[in-house]
Amino acid sequence: MATKTSATKKSKSSADGSNLSFWGWRRENGRVGVRNHVIILPLDDLSNAACEAVANNIKGTMALPHHYGRLQFGEDLELHFRTLIGAGSNPNVAAVVVIGIEDGWTDRVVKGIAKTGKPVIGFGIEGHGDIATIAKASYKAKEFVQWASELKREECDISELWVSTKCGESDTTTGLGSCPTVGNMYDKLIPKGIYGVFGETSEITGAEHICVKRAATPEIGEKWMKTFQAYQAEVIEANKVDDLSESQPTKGNIAGGLSSIEEKALGNLEKIGRKCTFIDVLKPAETPAKGAGLYYMDTSSAAAECVTLMAAGGYVVHTFPTGQGNIIGNPIVPVIKISANPKTLRTMPEHIDVDVTGILRREMTLDTAGDALIDMIVRTSNGRLTAAEALGHREFVMTKLYRSA
Amino acid sequence: MSKSNIPQFLVHSPEDNVGVVVVEDLKAGTKMLGVITENDTTIHVTAKHDIPIGHKIALKDLKEGDTVIKYGEDVGRMTGGAKTGEHVHVHNHRTKRW
Repeated sequence: MATKTSATKKSKSSADGSNLSFWGWRRENGRVGVRNHVIILPLDDLSNAACEAVANNIKGTMALPHHYGRLQFGEDLELHFRTLIGAGSNPNVAAVVVIGIEDGWTDRVVKGIAKTGKPVIGFGIEGHGDIATIAKASYKAKEFVQWASELKREECDISELWVSTKCGESDTTTGLGSCPTVGNMYDKLIPKGIYGVFGETSEITGAEHICVKRAATPEIGEKWMKTFQAYQAEVIEANKVDDLSESQPTKGNIAGGLSSIEEKALGNLEKIGRKCTFIDVLKPAETPAKGAGLYYMDTSSAAAECVTLMAAGGYVVHTFPTGQGNIIGNPIVPVIKISANPKTLRTMPEHIDVDVTGILRREMTLDTAGDALIDMIVRTSNGRLTAAEALGHREFVMTKLYRSA
Repeated sequence: MSKSNIPQFLVHSPEDNVGVVVVEDLKAGTKMLGVITENDTTIHVTAKHDIPIGHKIALKDLKEGDTVIKYGEDVGRMTGGAKTGEHVHVHNHRTKRW
């Protein structure tokens, strides 16, 4: 029934190759990145202005402004540090300048990132002011970016790639086309030794009986079910005022034809394919530590929050199925958009990297679509800018667990 | 593939009682070709409403309280009725969970 196109054959050859490879930067700790960013990382909201000033002074560097970092405590504070240290440690980042309002917590982030062996330095603003801090940080940022610009890519086996997934502005076409395309990719690349991750804890509601069976062992399944139930109790049931319709599913999901969380969840879960099992359940922004394979990360289903957490976990390429046209990007991780919705491809094609609309016309098989995605992952890893990168999408959003003290 | 073979709606599982419209500008009265993706069989249903792309149609007469089945799974309950070929959406379908 499927029609093979010349483009299909081209992607097929690379996807079927036994020695599928890409060109990346090997970092001091052995991990491989696909981008070579020098980032100016604020510890807290107050330090955004200085970071943006440094990034404006020194071309080729990038500030990662965000909204938090003051008076947080407990697990919420731990998550804040884990996210910042994880972002700085991500192999897509060559070097880091950290700026915070004071030295103590700034140094904690610097020490965390320094464990990777990459160049990192911190500056506290108190006692110096913005202008002197910006000057000192700018000299260091210039040194870092000139050093990074001479680093060379090297050929790496596909098994060195860490690929995350999360979908957004889903509709019924994501469950039919773009999510199972990601699933097909994982079914092919997880056996080759890559690290994968999926999450979106609220968005498994109605499909948890299927998800729990995809745990590699009953113990991992039990750990996953505890995580799922805690999210239901502590986040949803504790705060809901209605059935969440228009929030989860979102207004956009509903415009696209989804009408219940169960329907959305079953489409969402198509992203883990038919064969993969997950080998551990990660806390938000936690780095996987059980070797190659598919992981579950406890995240919200909001796109920028989730992708930021997965980037902090160490993933270097993100695959993002969308139906209605979620436009999200990330400052350090290329976000590849996949869509099967012909209306979205017609009305906003500049946001989509992989067109799988042929699946709905029954002209493209999932096997062909999965190969096309693998081809795009390799091309993106080799340096092709994603739609989100070319359009300047740099959403970096911290997950806040509760109000600050 | 000729245009006449392109389905107007897709169904995940033979157990499903709803299908998904996958073409734009579907008008009431259209005799639709559907494909059940799990086993690659074809079915025909006449659309009773203009239904936007991505939205669901009833594959059998559904009444208030009925369970909606998609992917062969429970995806919520009917809060109103829908005859075969009619639109199933938030006006007559809601979650059972929250």
